[in-house]
Amino acid sequence: MKRYFRELSVLGALGAILLGLAIFAPAFYQPQPLLSLLTREAPTLVVACGVALVIVCRQIDISVGSIFSVCSVCAGLLAARGWPLLLVLPASVALGAVFGAFNGVLVAGLRLPSIVVTLATMVTLRQGLNLVRQGEFVNLPEGIQWFGLGQTTGQLVLVISSVVILILLALAMRHLAAGRFIYAVGTDAEAARLAGIRPQLVTFLVFVSIGALTGLAAMMNLAQSPQVQPLTGHGLELKVIAAVVVGGVAISGGRGNLWGAFAGLLLLACISPALTHLRIEAYWEKAIQGTIILLAVVADGLRSRKGGN
Amino acid sequence: MSPAPLLELRQLVKNYGGVRALRGVDFDLRAGEVHALLGENGAGKSTLIKVVTGAHAPNGGTITLAGQTVSGLTPATARALGIACIYQQPALFPDLTVAENLALRLNVPSPAARMRWSDCRARATRLLARIGAEISPDAEVRSLSMPEQQLVEIACALGSGARIVIMDEPTASLTQKEQHLLFGVVRDLRKNGVGVIYISHRLEEIFALADRVTVLRDGQSVGTHPVAGIDEAGLIRLMVGREVAPIYPAAESAPGAVVLSLNQLGCRSSGVSNVSFDVRAGEIFGLGGLVGAGRTELARILFGLTPADSGTITLGGQPLTLRTPQAAVAHGIAYVPEDRRRHGVVLDLPIAHNLTMAIHRRLFPTTWLRFGAERALTLDYIRDLAVKCSGPEARGGSLSGGNQQKVSLARWLATKPKLLILDEPTQGVDVGAKSEIHKIVRRLAKEGLAVILISSDLPEVIGLSDRIGVMGGGTLRAILPGGSDPHVVMAAALGTTA
Repeated sequence: MKRYFRELSVLGALGAILLGLAIFAPAFYQPQPLLSLLTREAPTLVVACGVALVIVCRQIDISVGSIFSVCSVCAGLLAARGWPLLLVLPASVALGAVFGAFNGVLVAGLRLPSIVVTLATMVTLRQGLNLVRQGEFVNLPEGIQWFGLGQTTGQLVLVISSVVILILLALAMRHLAAGRFIYAVGTDAEAARLAGIRPQLVTFLVFVSIGALTGLAAMMNLAQSPQVQPLTGHGLELKVIAAVVVGGVAISGGRGNLWGAFAGLLLLACISPALTHLRIEAYWEKAIQGTIILLAVVADGLRSRKGGN
Repeated sequence: MSPAPLLELRQLVKNYGGVRALRGVDFDLRAGEVHALLGENGAGKSTLIKVVTGAHAPNGGTITLAGQTVSGLTPATARALGIACIYQQPALFPDLTVAENLALRLNVPSPAARMRWSDCRARATRLLARIGAEISPDAEVRSLSMPEQQLVEIACALGSGARIVIMDEPTASLTQKEQHLLFGVVRDLRKNGVGVIYISHRLEEIFALADRVTVLRDGQSVGTHPVAGIDEAGLIRLMVGREVAPIYPAAESAPGAVVLSLNQLGCRSSGVSNVSFDVRAGEIFGLGGLVGAGRTELARILFGLTPADSGTITLGGQPLTLRTPQAAVAHGIAYVPEDRRRHGVVLDLPIAHNLTMAIHRRLFPTTWLRFGAERALTLDYIRDLAVKCSGPEARGGSLSGGNQQKVSLARWLATKPKLLILDEPTQGVDVGAKSEIHKIVRRLAKEGLAVILISSDLPEVIGLSDRIGVMGGGTLRAILPGGSDPHVVMAAALGTTA
């Protein structure tokens, strides 16, 4: 109980908002808008899982938004050329993994700081995409939106698959040696090395994973509309990092878990519809999200100061 | 001596937590004198410097500077009172040039003051010329070699106009040529009436440079002598002093087959050369020597952290090349590192995670972790090594030093090694835990493990080891039987004959 206090407190805050909505704005609980909300957040959840891995490993990746854009546009173009879904999907995942591997080689292989490496990747990919596409939309053929399953079924598929990915990764982090390695490297890379773990390999693979997850998330987003917008994925990196940090994953590495990241994401995602339903001006959304992030960071700061001694 | 000494310490006491680093040191330094400070590792030399330079406040005793008793010394006031220190590790700003470094170190101007860089540069040139160093004042410190950086440090001390200059092992990283420059600087300072506190393990330097020598042992000064009136044997006797108490568990069986055999082993990058010895199953092979002798460097070679570039390692009759820790672990080598807080135990993780960190593949042959097996194994080791903790879930950081060391040890015992390398296993551990660790190590040897024990604690390495390899200057200087006369061991470490 005490061990998961941080995650539980986020869950508590989420519960309070949901309860408040149930009392003051029961309309929030209409199935179709709720399902739409969860569907919109499904790709974000998948990216957030990846970012949580990276942060636990004491790295950061701010290029996810740009990788997401490039994967979306490339997947869209492939689909537009008539590739079947079953080929577009792995292609997008593979492309994401390649970008992740590129970051990983620079961070783990050359031991460059990940904030700088991924900043460079972020800017380069974003500008490169603008240059090549000149802001053009990609029109998708029939059968891509909702995977050709119809809206409600498609939405259910997306939400369920994102949760399945979350569960699989959370289980892996706890029950596979690989998860242990990520925590160990994030807490103390030198100690891990002296214990026979290869910190550079672990870091590299974590970056490959986040790239692949981002490619997958791009596909999950692609399936939600008939077109790919050129600005898709813009600001995604900040959104997921905020969610992960609010969920109690320590930015200093080695601490936190995916369930917390999940709760953090839902908490931040609820703000906007909650405001709408409570008829508060939408301008408050960012302010409230910012306050939540600050609260989370301050709480972590106080906690680590107390635990440090 | 008619005038008051430059520096006088009376009954200086310094405690770190429960550890008494200085327990009543008397020391005085006169103007125009080189006063050498000598002692084993942990005798209190570094602590003494930290107190005199104001880095740490003493818990008792008095510091008198030129007849004035000072209290509440801080690094800034110490500097203002004319105390300068040259540390073993140069403390320079690597991205700034030599002239900028000197300017920052010699006078901290008010933040709004304009820096006169041409003056700074001129002064740097002058100071470097005075010590005879061929270093450009415009060179970035990053681009300088270690000895060159040391020379810049010396220039700092010289330029500060300090009346007391402390040199902590200044020749440790210097080549012959720069040592020569340094000795010139020391003599120059002495001629100008500066008092120099000179710390070195190299007895020949002390005899060549110093006027007087004070020996520290276990945090106390055990004697001050004019250098002219004492010889090497006398100094060693003062340094070692005590008898080795027979509290160490004795070997009960003869060692078995040779497990590890080193032949002419060397690694240029870490300064180890020409090390040859054998370690047998059931044997504790101690590695003695002073700080910087190359013992940890040797251990790092054996664990694949800094691969050897010459010589051979034979383990269980098979020649090995060890390039990674993974390879070392796979061959049954375990290394319990020196700095357990930084490298041994991950303080944030539970004991159980710490313990199984090196054995995932064996403990969890299927993909999934088995928490039951992990818990059982952890409980076994907690019981076996008598680790005091609230349970396998307790975090590493919640344990005392001795218990952290046991967890670090348990992690490696769980790998079922053939060769166990212990690097300073009882450093900073209280007396009770120390004797427990000694018993554990002896028992492990009895169970057939080959143990290499690196320790700077002379009684420990002599009392616990079956044989002692004494290292110095990156090479093996002697192999002595366990229980040898400490004077002989110390003499070998210092590279002299007692």
